[in-house]
Amino acid sequence: MNGDLRTPLSRARGLGSAKQGVHHWWAQRITAIALLPLVVWFAISLVMMSGAEYEVVRAWLGAPVVMVLLILTIAVGLHHAQLGIQVVIEDYVHSDGWKLALIVLVRFIAVSFGLAAIVAILSIGFGG
Amino acid sequence: MSVANRPVHRPLSPHLQVYRPQLTSVLSILHRATGIALSVGALYLALWVMFAASSPATYAGFQSFNTSILGRILLGGWLFSAFYHLCNGIRHLFWDAGYGFEIKDAYRSGWIVVAVSLIATLASWIVGLRLV
Repeated sequence: MNGDLRTPLSRARGLGSAKQGVHHWWAQRITAIALLPLVVWFAISLVMMSGAEYEVVRAWLGAPVVMVLLILTIAVGLHHAQLGIQVVIEDYVHSDGWKLALIVLVRFIAVSFGLAAIVAILSIGFGG
Repeated sequence: MSVANRPVHRPLSPHLQVYRPQLTSVLSILHRATGIALSVGALYLALWVMFAASSPATYAGFQSFNTSILGRILLGGWLFSAFYHLCNGIRHLFWDAGYGFEIKDAYRSGWIVVAVSLIATLASWIVGLRLV
């Protein structure tokens, strides 16, 4: 007897009832840690850029370092947001159909906005 | 349906309507609320770079909304949300690592989070609006 109700195979797989183990939990923490320096950098930049003209904003956005950091901020930020909103949906939406539909919708929105933002940043940097 | 099978609609814990708010519970709810706000803010950030990639006139329209009263409230709210969620997120990471669970520690870290996020928001506004 192994002292719990799980089969040895289930314990070996370690994926639990959600069938994906602790992947969501880890992804939420890792993206959170990645966001710590990114958000501090972005908040300081935003405050410094407050009220800046179109040309100034574009010159800033087009700088290679800014492009990389901002794409990281938006991509990791939207990933972290999607993971968080998914937990909110799982907590409050009790119909399985709606729950799945909303989680998929939120993921679609996050990916679409993220891709659009990345293309916009690259077009500013490379398009001239 | 037999009496035994009938669903019973008992109130669900934790009875928020009769539960005395405490710093720890209020900050916990605020973490989720600011997280939801920041998710919308992340979409707005994506919109911002899309507008920056468009024409000067289109961008000017977007900027005039940002500098309006409603725009300032939204941006200020997102800034506070970012600082709060960031600070309280660090608090959560310490809990994940197994530290700070004593009641005294939870209250102390909670007040530190409140103080730091308010000071950071205030400082950002002062610098951002060129008030000094």
